[in-house]
Amino acid sequence: MKLREWFLLPARAWMAVLFAAPFAIVLAYSLMTRGDIGGIAPPWTAESYARLIDPLYLTILWRSFVMAAVATALCLLFAFPAALFISRSTSHRNLYLQLVMLPFWTSFLVRTYAWLFLLRDTGLINTLLESLGLTHAPLPLLYNDGAVLLGLVYGYLPFMVLPIYATLERLDPALVEAAADLGARPMTTVFRVIVPLSKPGIVAGSILVFIPCLGAYLTPDLLGGGRTVMVGNLVQNQFTTARDWPFGSAISMALMLIVTLLLVLFLRKESESLV
Amino acid sequence: MAPILELRRLVKHFPGHQAVRDISLVIPHGSFFSLLGPSGCGKTTTLRLIAGFEEPTSGDVLLNGEIVNQRRPYERNVSTVFQNYALFPHLTARQNVEFGLKRHKAPDIDRRVKEALDLVSLTGKESRRPAQLSGGERQRVALARSLVLQPDVLLLDEPLAALDPKLRKQMRIELKAMQRRVGITFLLVTHDQEEALSMSDQLAVMNEGRVEQVGTPEDVYLRPQSRFVAGFLGGVNWINGVGIRPESVRLNRTAACQGTPATVTGSVFLGDCVQVLVRLATGENAVAQLARADANFKPGDAVHLSWNADDEMTLPS
Repeated sequence: MKLREWFLLPARAWMAVLFAAPFAIVLAYSLMTRGDIGGIAPPWTAESYARLIDPLYLTILWRSFVMAAVATALCLLFAFPAALFISRSTSHRNLYLQLVMLPFWTSFLVRTYAWLFLLRDTGLINTLLESLGLTHAPLPLLYNDGAVLLGLVYGYLPFMVLPIYATLERLDPALVEAAADLGARPMTTVFRVIVPLSKPGIVAGSILVFIPCLGAYLTPDLLGGGRTVMVGNLVQNQFTTARDWPFGSAISMALMLIVTLLLVLFLRKESESLV
Repeated sequence: MAPILELRRLVKHFPGHQAVRDISLVIPHGSFFSLLGPSGCGKTTTLRLIAGFEEPTSGDVLLNGEIVNQRRPYERNVSTVFQNYALFPHLTARQNVEFGLKRHKAPDIDRRVKEALDLVSLTGKESRRPAQLSGGERQRVALARSLVLQPDVLLLDEPLAALDPKLRKQMRIELKAMQRRVGITFLLVTHDQEEALSMSDQLAVMNEGRVEQVGTPEDVYLRPQSRFVAGFLGGVNWINGVGIRPESVRLNRTAACQGTPATVTGSVFLGDCVQVLVRLATGENAVAQLARADANFKPGDAVHLSWNADDEMTLPS
């Protein structure tokens, strides 16, 4: 074995214990029968997978994809200008980057609860609006898709900002000057030169946001109030209240399979377009 | 008629650094003009002020007699060939050349792109990306991309610096020929005196943010107005207050005519010629650049230096 392959050993060990083993366990669970008082029991069966075809579950899966896609698009919309601003600033660049990462200093759960206090009927926003006389009844800010999207975008925005910033920071400033020199106004330069050249960062950021959004369960649970079920909540339910571990495992496997397929297809198309 | 480009008392300060200190220049229509100077002399900043990438601290940039200080780069009819070409890596050669025309919503884009690519002999490589082109080809794309816009002035920032020496010499000839053919004013920035001398109609020698001398290549090489210009454009021996280029110095073993006595200290073989190093009686060193056949001197040989009075460079006092 070459020396540089030895360097991979810690990562390999880590992945074997903490990724491959749980994956195998979930795969095994998904192919077993539900136990009488929860857990799993023999015999082996593919019945859990057959149950996935139910239109109800397909709808939840589809809704989750739509929510994750919208959240990713919104993140991109907010993150790109921010990343561009940070990459073009000279004196306070590190400060801005610290600010982007600042939310990570607090637990995600605590931050999501904070939104609960802001958005609920007696929360800060509604109280403020009413005391200013702008509204006379509380606005329904919580427990809907909008609140879930807000939570997702808020939670995953840094994962979009940072990879885009990384590509923009390496962008040759002469290219921006060349565009202006050839007659491009600033907005044209952004869309014809800067956006296309930051595509690797946009792709990386989108993957980093889309995948955790797709599997999110905390945000839809707290901010959706149980009214907006995403596939993450479905999985969670099977392992808790429904006590159907094989079915929960089957949903997880199916989700993983779909995401992997989509990624492979997408990345293959990307690498073709680069040639 | 107003000159195509004029700089009036142009000054540019950066925090803690005066890049350009009071430059005035008139660049004639259709000429090949060079700004020559060492790195840090302010030549690139001057070019960037003309392109509009920097705003002057004071003074004016005039294009066709009009002050353009406040105009953004996309509002000026000048175009830049960047040092590393700054080609758009995500676009093909053709798309790079089209870029400016599309921004100007120009008519007849296909024909003009084809003509520009023909001009720089890139036909057949239109659909390649910059990464798939050689250094020389990339430079041609950069030239075509700017020339296709028919700018009032084409600004070239060290355009040959990234090429290997052989290609660089070939491109000097091509650039000059191209300028003659298209008739566009070229303003070249370079630190390479050979480049400036071989291509320019006129050049300005710059030092520390100022123009030291403006003139034809012959003017600045043969009649420098300062020690800096004399020294920057080539080797120079200062003997008794006059400057003599090494290639003007002759060495004789006998004092046939009244030459300056000296002792040979060494020689440097340069291939097409030999530089013989000598020490004068005054203790000063001098160099004579001789044809190989005339250069069979050994260290310690006693020689006499002579030259034609015409070759003496006298600085204004």
